Formats: sequence, C-alpha cells, structure tokens
Amino acid sequence: MDVNFQFDWSAAFGSIPYLLPGIPWTLLISFGGLAIGFFIGIFFGLLRISPVRWLRWPAVVYVEVFRGTPILVQVLFIFYGLPQLLGSPINALVAGIAAIAVNSGAYISEIVRGGVQSIERGQREASLSLGLSRVQAFRYVIWPQALRRMIPPLGNQGIISIKDTSLFSVIGVSELVRQGQIYIATTFTALEVYFMVALMYLAITWTLSLVLRQVERRGLAGQ
Amino acid sequence: MTSHQSPIVRMQQLNKHFGSLHVLNNIDLDIVPGEVVVVIGASGSGKSTLIRCINGLEEFQSGSLDVDGNTLLPNGKSSKALQTIRTEVGMVFQQFNLFPHLSVLDNITLAPMKVRGWSRQDAEETAQRLLERVGISDQANKYPSQLSGGQQQRVALARALAMEPRLMLFDEPTSALDPEMIGEVLDAMRELAKEGMTMVIVTHEMGFAREVADRIIFIHKGEIAEQGTPEQLFDTPQHERTQSFLARVLKH
Repeated sequence: MDVNFQFDWSAAFGSIPYLLPGIPWTLLISFGGLAIGFFIGIFFGLLRISPVRWLRWPAVVYVEVFRGTPILVQVLFIFYGLPQLLGSPINALVAGIAAIAVNSGAYISEIVRGGVQSIERGQREASLSLGLSRVQAFRYVIWPQALRRMIPPLGNQGIISIKDTSLFSVIGVSELVRQGQIYIATTFTALEVYFMVALMYLAITWTLSLVLRQVERRGLAGQ
Repeated sequence: MTSHQSPIVRMQQLNKHFGSLHVLNNIDLDIVPGEVVVVIGASGSGKSTLIRCINGLEEFQSGSLDVDGNTLLPNGKSSKALQTIRTEVGMVFQQFNLFPHLSVLDNITLAPMKVRGWSRQDAEETAQRLLERVGISDQANKYPSQLSGGQQQRVALARALAMEPRLMLFDEPTSALDPEMIGEVLDAMRELAKEGMTMVIVTHEMGFAREVADRIIFIHKGEIAEQGTPEQLFDTPQHERTQSFLARVLKH
C-alpha cells in the first residue's frame, strides 16, 4: 500500500460535472428496460401458471434462457451479434434497454408467478362461489392482491437492474460508469472518480428504496 | 318440510374418488326448497366434499347432480350450468374468505355488479340493507382485517346473500371462530332459516343443528349412514356409527 497516497477531494468533486450527464442515461436505460420487462414478466409469468400445458413451456424456456445467461453476454449478443443477423447496426441505447427488458422480464415473470400463486385458494373459491367467471375472479380478486405482494420483490429487481446498466459501458453508452472512465483517462484519478460513481448509484438506488417503502406502506394499509 | 315439492338439489348415485380414496360413495340426496339440512360426521368423513359438489368446487366422477334445474356433469364437464348454479347458490366458508383488498361494502357489491350487472347504487343499497340485517351496518367502510372473526363471517354471509341465492351452503361456518363469537353468527343463520331460506349446513354445533334443522344427515366414510329429523337422529339413533359419533361429540 502506498502510505503517501492521499484521497484527493478536489478531484472527486471536480469529476461531478462530468459524471452528472451519465445519470439520465442510466435512468433511461434502467426504467425504460424495466417498464418493458414488467410487461414481458406479466406475459410469461401468467403463461407459466396457465392450466394449458403447451402454453407453459414457452414461459419455462424463456425464464431458463434469460435467467441462466449473464446479462453482459446478452447485451453483447444484442449489440454486436444481432446486427450481423439483421444487416443493420443497433443503437447502443436501444441495445441497453432491450437487454434490461429481456433480462428483468425473466426475473419478473417468476415474481408474477410467485405473487399469484401465493394468494390463498379460498380467495378463488369465494369468487367462483359468487358466480364470478375465472377471468373476473383473477382480475378483481387475485391480481390486485398478487400485485401488492409483488411490490417488494419488484423493487429488489429494479435495484438490481439499475446496477446492471453499469455493464453497458462496454457497448459505449454514455451512462455513469462510461462517463467516469472517460474522465479517468485524462486525469488518472480512478479512486476518487469511482468513489463518486458509486455514490451516485447509491443515491439512485436509495431514493428508489425510500419511494418503494412508501408505496408498500400505502399498498398494505388496506389489508 | 314439504316433501311433495320438486327438489332444488337432487343427487343420485354420486361418487367421488380422490386417487384411490373413495370420498363419496353412492350418495342419494334430495333437498326441497325451504328445507334446512344439517350434515354431521367425523372430520374426513366427506361432509365438506359433499356440499362443495353442489356448487362445483369439487368435481365428482359418476352419478348425477341437478341443482335448481341445472345439470352438473361428472368430471367438471359442464361449465355453463356451473356458472348458472354458482350465481344461484351462495356459500359461506370456514375461513370467511373475504377479499382483504376491498372494503366491507365492496366485498358485498362486487358480484352483484359484475355478475348480475346491477348499478353501483342498487348494489350498495342492497349491501347496506344486508349489513343492517346481520347487525354490522356501521362497518361498511372498514376493511376485513379491521373486523373481529364473528363480524367477518357475518360480512361473508351478507356477501353471499347479496346475490339473492336460492340456496345457501355453509361449510363449518363457526369452526374458525373464538367461542364468544359463535353465537352472533349462529343467530344470523337462525334468522335466515326462519325466513325460509333453503340451507345445507356442515357444522359441529349440535345444539344449533337440533334447533334449526328439518333434517340431519350423518355421513360416515363417504356414505349417508343415517338421516332423519333431529329428534330421530339425536334421541334414537339407529346406526351404531351414529351412536358412537354422537356419544363422542355430545360428551363436551
């Protein structure tokens, strides 16, 4: 260890103007990807618990493939691999959003499945005994309750996906990590800059945690 | 009990298997409108399964079952008749099964609005009237978790009655309640019986059964071992199984 090394606060603070422009990109990729991933997750999550067997297996395959391969490989495949297939390049931002979408979609479909299956059987039986159809029972009774139970694991997945976007510096999206790397290349202040990058991720994820805690509290108030 | 009326429930040679277990064995049962039938028997005897067949929450494998002119087929192959039957048959469950995300009022108005197509106003007026009838009109805007067990079960009763059923099924409605709350639920059921509702009740409350039942059915190992008026069944049980069952439950 270099005992003479001093943490240079002015270098740390000096990097802020260069890092801040990365935040909108990080947020755009995260939340854009998660929004799409949410619908992918609902779609495959509900297929997964369908009473029809041949509807279930595409969902099983989807989850196994996108949960079982690294998100770094997925984004490299989309950004470098797919253009060879399509014959035209893919925008790095689009590739990043797509990678978060398909990856979080796999995890979210498991969250959806778990949420729906956690609702007591009696809820469905009571709905059916009142004459509600199976679709109505799901829509008015099962799903609203499942959604509330899904909030904590969905928040968890959101935080994971936000951090996953840091990997996309490899395809050149000018998100937080990429901005830091560019700055370090000219100043050689890796310790200070990565420290600030970490702080910025923490600020984003911590804010999300606080928001989710509020949502959860309000959501559970009725129960 | 008016035996010349055509039955609202007619079970003939009903059989239900659960794997290798023969849960219901050649059940023949007619229930006429206005009749209050109490089903008793040891746990696992098949009494809950029997009443759950009536609204199709359990499938059966052979035999025939008519409910209010609709025929239920074996192995659940009658979704249309099932839908009709369920709108005409109400059920109260042991665990209440209220919808925890909906207020008391919304619990009651959901099915009349979505199934019967009533306006919100009509559904809410009916709900208020029913809540008054079961003695909890001041709880309409609370959520189920804010109510006692006895209150929850009375909401569940009001919820079922809001569909204006022709037949009510009760699956051990007081078994999950604290002793001091059993009375208020039984009172509400007693009122309903007096008003002429057709009721099929699975219960362990023998005093209540003796008081409200037109007929008691004793189920043993999936068969109707004995049936008759409360006096016949409780005072002069013929079947040895009935005698030993009653000796066990009436001892307390």
